[in-house]
Amino acid sequence: MPSLIQRYDMNESKELKTSQTADVWRRLKRNRAAIVGGTIVLLFVFIAILAPLISPYPPNEGDLAKRLKPPSQEHLLGTDPLGRDLLSRVIYGARISLQIQVIAVIIALVIGTLLGMVGGYYGGKLDNLIMRVMDILLAFPGIFLAISIIAVLGPGLTNLMLAAGIYSIPQFARIVRGSVLSLKEKEFIEASRAVGENDFNILFRYLLPNSIAPIIIQTTLRMATVLLTASGLSFLGLGVQPPTAEWGAMLSNARAYLITAPHVATVPGLAIMLVVMGFNLFGDGLRDSLDPRLRD
Amino acid sequence: MGHYILKRIVMLIPVLIGVSLVSFSLLHMVPGDPAVLLAGEDANPDFIKALRKEYGLDQPLYVQYVQFISHVVRMDFGISIRNREPVIKLLKERFLFTVQLSFLSILIAAFIGLIAGVISSTRQYSIFDNLSMVGALFGISMPIFWFGLLLMLVFSVHLRWFPAGGKGTIVHLILPAIALGAASSAVIARMTRASMLEIIRQDYIRTARANGLREFIVIYKHALKNAMIPVITVFGLEFGYMLGGAVLTETVFSLPGVGRLMVEGIFQRDYPVVQGSMLLVATTFVLVNLLTDIAYAFFDPKIRYE
Repeated sequence: MPSLIQRYDMNESKELKTSQTADVWRRLKRNRAAIVGGTIVLLFVFIAILAPLISPYPPNEGDLAKRLKPPSQEHLLGTDPLGRDLLSRVIYGARISLQIQVIAVIIALVIGTLLGMVGGYYGGKLDNLIMRVMDILLAFPGIFLAISIIAVLGPGLTNLMLAAGIYSIPQFARIVRGSVLSLKEKEFIEASRAVGENDFNILFRYLLPNSIAPIIIQTTLRMATVLLTASGLSFLGLGVQPPTAEWGAMLSNARAYLITAPHVATVPGLAIMLVVMGFNLFGDGLRDSLDPRLRD
Repeated sequence: MGHYILKRIVMLIPVLIGVSLVSFSLLHMVPGDPAVLLAGEDANPDFIKALRKEYGLDQPLYVQYVQFISHVVRMDFGISIRNREPVIKLLKERFLFTVQLSFLSILIAAFIGLIAGVISSTRQYSIFDNLSMVGALFGISMPIFWFGLLLMLVFSVHLRWFPAGGKGTIVHLILPAIALGAASSAVIARMTRASMLEIIRQDYIRTARANGLREFIVIYKHALKNAMIPVITVFGLEFGYMLGGAVLTETVFSLPGVGRLMVEGIFQRDYPVVQGSMLLVATTFVLVNLLTDIAYAFFDPKIRYE
């Protein structure tokens, strides 16, 4: 049987939640940036899912006789140095990018959120330890942290996802910790403790749901950062390996063809930029809608 | 102030120990005999034996760590496996190059970001404001390496204004510095704009205007000075990130920087080089952040008393 506070809380929060969700949705719909960003993201997800259906050629089969051809009717975006259809490779690239982004962000989200909640809630030595470890991760500037992790794990797709995931843990941990720190002083947490709720319930039934807004915003924005980082690592040769169609890896020897076939160097980068921009716009829009106080 | 600086330095110690532990553990997490990893697979057995002894690699881990640290504090990062030179010698040249590149980048980014930010804030929602904020969105969304390729395509291949690679003069650094600084100029522009907008609405700015001060003086003397405080933090942070992000520019333009050195080290299993680069870049980044915090506290006394 649910305790008194729980029953009270459930009734109250259900009503509150629907009106809150509707409110957020209303604000989101009026936010032009969020609509544009959300559309780009949706399009990207559809392309990734439907890749085998919509790509005109297999991504890894090329005809060397047709190498480095400029865009034409036959090959809408031209062909690459091995005569493979660039459009098909960009479409399949969406697949691999989405996979990397989702897995890396989930790794960071789960571990970072747990660390942040535990640190923020229990405080003391444990919190100190967690935050010092995060500081150590943050001591490696940006992509350099991911490169250092790859140095230990070795290059490859799986390790790339791990590296991009670990690289994003501190951001989640910090944000969730901050949210938990401010929430745990609130009356409803004190009340639930007073009626004898255990820590697990307090953490996962009260603190986590109430920290969900910053977590969602961070997840969206992090999808953008992870794509930039992962494609950068693949560009350096430390991530996804050829012949897999990955946007960063597709650019890694594009420099050699800048004069003869500039489309090889432009198209995959454009794809990265558009998707990153989509997630950035959508994330900013979400922030404005979920937390109107932050608007300037 | 002194107390604050001291506190920040003390907080640095566990981070630096952590960084050294990470680069120390590199040798032990990669499969294989650490002595062989350090010496290279085709090294002669005597050299391997000597290294094992020198670094105490047959001793317990904590002894090895102490040995490692005692070498590092003497600036001895070992011998590069590939070209048999002391790692410190390689690091010195490469690192100075990356610092130079990052420095030029932050100058460009600050110049563009500050101008765009200030003008945007004084003409909020104007065409200039909208254009520069769209530009900022592009800036933070473009991959450094792709922007570098585009710059090369336009300014080296077509217009022939700049060389497409190589080093030597400042001309060789301009395109790479712009590519590296694009994202930072976007961040600085957004930050400056937001900070200025907040300040412009303050009472003391209204008072300054009411007193009949010229708009130019109000904006550039009274508002900008105060709006700069949070922006200073961004300068430091962005400069630090450039030290890491430079690896992408260095690769696009084939420049001899420390990031490139580390990536080559990873490919060639040149572990002493990888360890050295990790330690050097992370330590520098931490120190840059320390200086940024001190500068922030210097300009904003509220921070010191927290």
